[in-house]
Amino acid sequence: MSTTLERSREDVQPPGPPAGGALRRSADWARRAPLLPALVFMIVVTQLPFVITLVISFMNWNAYYPDERGFAGFDNYVNVLTDVATRDAIIVTIELTVVVVLVSLVLGMLIALLLDRKFLGRGAVRTMMITPFLVVPVAAALLWKHALFNPEYGLLNGGLTWIWGLFGSDDPPQPDWITMAPLASIEIALIWQWTPFMMLILLAGLQSRPLDVIEAARIDGASAWQIFRYMTFPHLRRYLELGALLGAIYIVQTFDAVFVITSGGLGTANLPYTIYQTFYTAHDYGLASAAGVITVIGTILIATLALRTVSTLFEEENAR
Amino acid sequence: MSSVTDVAPVPATRTPEGAPRRPRKPRGGLVLGLVAWVIGILFVLPVVWMVLTSFHSEEAAATNPPSLLAPLTLEGYRTFFGVGTGTNPWPSLLNSLTASLVSTLLVLVLAIPAAYALSIRPVRKWTDVMFFFLSTRMLPVVAGILPIYLFAQWSGLLDNIWLLIVLYTSMNLPIAVWMMRSFLAEVPVEILEAAAMDGAGLLRTLRQVVAPIVLPGIAATSLICFIFSWNELLLARTLTGTRALTSPVYLTGFVTSQGLFLAQMCAAAFVVSLPVLVAGFAAQDKLVQGLSLGAVK
Repeated sequence: MSTTLERSREDVQPPGPPAGGALRRSADWARRAPLLPALVFMIVVTQLPFVITLVISFMNWNAYYPDERGFAGFDNYVNVLTDVATRDAIIVTIELTVVVVLVSLVLGMLIALLLDRKFLGRGAVRTMMITPFLVVPVAAALLWKHALFNPEYGLLNGGLTWIWGLFGSDDPPQPDWITMAPLASIEIALIWQWTPFMMLILLAGLQSRPLDVIEAARIDGASAWQIFRYMTFPHLRRYLELGALLGAIYIVQTFDAVFVITSGGLGTANLPYTIYQTFYTAHDYGLASAAGVITVIGTILIATLALRTVSTLFEEENAR
Repeated sequence: MSSVTDVAPVPATRTPEGAPRRPRKPRGGLVLGLVAWVIGILFVLPVVWMVLTSFHSEEAAATNPPSLLAPLTLEGYRTFFGVGTGTNPWPSLLNSLTASLVSTLLVLVLAIPAAYALSIRPVRKWTDVMFFFLSTRMLPVVAGILPIYLFAQWSGLLDNIWLLIVLYTSMNLPIAVWMMRSFLAEVPVEILEAAAMDGAGLLRTLRQVVAPIVLPGIAATSLICFIFSWNELLLARTLTGTRALTSPVYLTGFVTSQGLFLAQMCAAAFVVSLPVLVAGFAAQDKLVQGLSLGAVK
């Protein structure tokens, strides 16, 4: 993290565009040229498919009934919002995202505060903390499902047996975690993976604090809580926002954990999983597209906020 | 970082300005340090358990309470790599490697010139362009997956690794543009001017002046793009079948057999995660910058 501390760079100010019509235009194009391949590529690969999704969402199109293809108006949207399965999927998506983001944010902050202090083996603890984030999501989901949550030989119940055994009991509780709390099981696996992400962002935030000011406050007799409440927390607020919003954008799209841990069963199907099933298994293209568009509308709400937060940080960075 | 003790009374310089930090009271620090250690161990425990189980026999892996001290064996790895079972994970591992490496290469080819046009010789309204790139990363995959699937079906590109390569490139390009821009912005303008004054052409400036400064940034960007591509499941699950199958998809299909499979599953999960673990630890210091799209350093 030492690189985060050296911020001695000056920002590059764009030299003013040269005056004069033709000269300026050709100079402009010379500047734009390196940008164009990336820009065109992104428009073709990401924007075009979305426009087509938008069109299909207004169509009656099921691959099993190719003859009935036609314009459907808002039927698909009405179906998405009235159908119990898709409406539940919307609720599950919101619950999953909110729970995972909030819990991993709070945990991430506490751990970042711990790691901001100096102690023996801080680097080692930081590396251990990052590890969950570096397990392939599918592998992590499999690990939680089979090696940890499994009622017969999972580590959780194994641990319970062991602890009960220490006290001489051979009748430990052996809950079937996934059946008992399917959504919470998915959330726990996701929180395990996302807490390190939040921790990293918040730790970077903590380490960018102006330490001399905090030092001054401490010398003036401010308590640790006062320093946290009135100095650290306000400074961290933007990093908390950033972590929450970026986390939300990634977690709204969760597919791996739902697919592996419950296969969308037991009331855990979120929007990405439902859309995947609607078009991949049920082949209802119109309905799937409408659900996709609704996901995008939800994401735009989060993304607008996220973009605003990023742009504040970004402008500060460039004003420096 | 790990070699610093908290009890030493020497002021540790932490800020760039070199402001000394007041030494903390050792006892409170010791307790909090211990708490940090316990939390760290709890978080890493599932991974340690995965690795340990992967080296146990299937019988030892499926005991309750867990048999920590069971003899170690490579049985799980042998089964995963198909010794005596006929399964073969290599094509999927190679597909993942191809998709991740080639798409990362494509990302760099597209992102570095773009980042150059957004930092060193910026186009007008360059911030708008930056935010356009960022907004594409926020578009959910499910928003475009159906047209892509239909296009692949129509053009015969289903189950073709090149389709995944193109899609992974688009997935990572915004991140790479943002990261590369922030690295390129660190190149001092004076050096570029000096190089131009000395008569160095554009290519020569890039190669001899810019490259050495931004090379670490390029490495970090590549590692993060590699991780995202390697991890991807939804697109791979939808758009590949047998030939272009990637390892995350292979993993999901791996646990179908009844009977004991925990050790080989852990072996499989560890093998598939290994490249990401290596890349992630290598990029540790730049990880947060990549994940926050360059907004946090």
